[in-house]
Amino acid sequence: MPITQLLGTKDTNDSCRTFIFQGEGHTLGNALRCVISGYPDVEFCAYTVPHPMEHSMHFRIQMKKGRAVDALKRGLEDLVAVSDHILDEFSREKQAFDGRQELST
Amino acid sequence: MDRVVNDEKPRVILGEHKITQNLPSQPTVLDEKWSLRSFKKKFRVVMVRYDENELEFDLIGIHPFLANAFRRLMLSDVPTMAIEKVHILNNTSIIQDEVLAHRLGLIPLKADPRLFEMKADPAAEGTEQDTLEFTLKIKCTNNKDSSKDSLRVEDMYKNNNVYSKHIKWVPIGKQKERLSDVGPIHPDILIAKMRPGHELDLKLIAVKSVGRDHAKFSPVATAFYRLLPDIKLLREVEGEAAERLQKCFSPGVISIRHEKGRQYAVVNDARYDTGSRNVFRYEDLKDAVAMTKIQDHFIFTVESVGALRPDVIFTESVKILKDKCLSLLDELSHV
Repeated sequence: MPITQLLGTKDTNDSCRTFIFQGEGHTLGNALRCVISGYPDVEFCAYTVPHPMEHSMHFRIQMKKGRAVDALKRGLEDLVAVSDHILDEFSREKQAFDGRQELST
Repeated sequence: MDRVVNDEKPRVILGEHKITQNLPSQPTVLDEKWSLRSFKKKFRVVMVRYDENELEFDLIGIHPFLANAFRRLMLSDVPTMAIEKVHILNNTSIIQDEVLAHRLGLIPLKADPRLFEMKADPAAEGTEQDTLEFTLKIKCTNNKDSSKDSLRVEDMYKNNNVYSKHIKWVPIGKQKERLSDVGPIHPDILIAKMRPGHELDLKLIAVKSVGRDHAKFSPVATAFYRLLPDIKLLREVEGEAAERLQKCFSPGVISIRHEKGRQYAVVNDARYDTGSRNVFRYEDLKDAVAMTKIQDHFIFTVESVGALRPDVIFTESVKILKDKCLSLLDELSHV
């Protein structure tokens, strides 16, 4: 199971969570952190890779209001939207580039 | 200075002793709040150069965290095929078994990794979906046809050099119909040197994996990005100083224009400047130029090893990021 949640202490609620991602590292960690830090409801967001030999990543979200899981979901959805947008733009530019190349030869 | 570099572009100015921003009051690209909406508005792709195995393209209006994520994904998360197991049936050459196996592992293979699956259990028997099999059976002998007096090794012996072209593909199951043209990308990689009596008889097993597992699975020779350099002249530089200025930068960056018997320097194309700080050696030139970099303009260079086309490597890396997020979202919906 790639995502587990670190148990909170008794005074935390849904708004503060540390998620543990098995099999992920800086690649996803930093991208997700930068996306989620931009949300207005997020008070604090950071990630760490506890040990370089172990492929796992700890991801902490603290919210001003709302649930931490929802911010995580929104972050992942935004990254999917970004990927789709980049794929679209890239394939469009590739076609335009191939057209330009044909004209010049 | 202010007038020349204070445009709407987020620039970093490389001074002699310090690095400054051109828009100090605004948040830099690094600590600006990211939003999907502004990203979609600003983002552009420009392809610049596409050779057989090398692609240069610009991602404009993108944040460093995304650029870096794609670079990391291309290097270590886009899968390819490589030789993982070598069954040594006979090896009487002087190269040791483990060294030979390692050399064979590093040979780039021509096989589209998208047509294969990752092997779930590494100890299991390979199937046609997850494994490619090759053989390398070669024996060095004396060359009887050659004239007696030649002392060149290539005349005296047959098969004294083992090259990657000697590796033969053995299709498993229906692979022959499904795949075409499988084998080493380069035919002329030297694997071993032999003398008469030496013999190799090997069975090679290639599987699909990612660069994180071993560098031999990385689809790129290198994939990197840099910021677009931009050089502005703040005052006119003429005469002998113009030539000196030209020599401070990479070839093609500064050109010299001749007009009415005098010559002066103009910026031709700063794109391929290396960012050398040579101008700062000259007291009279250092105040004449502003060396800047555009902070949200990333120039990607992707050099493919040959198994995948470089544009495919990039699109695959974006798809991998997307798939990672989708599978995590799926997981979260079950929590």
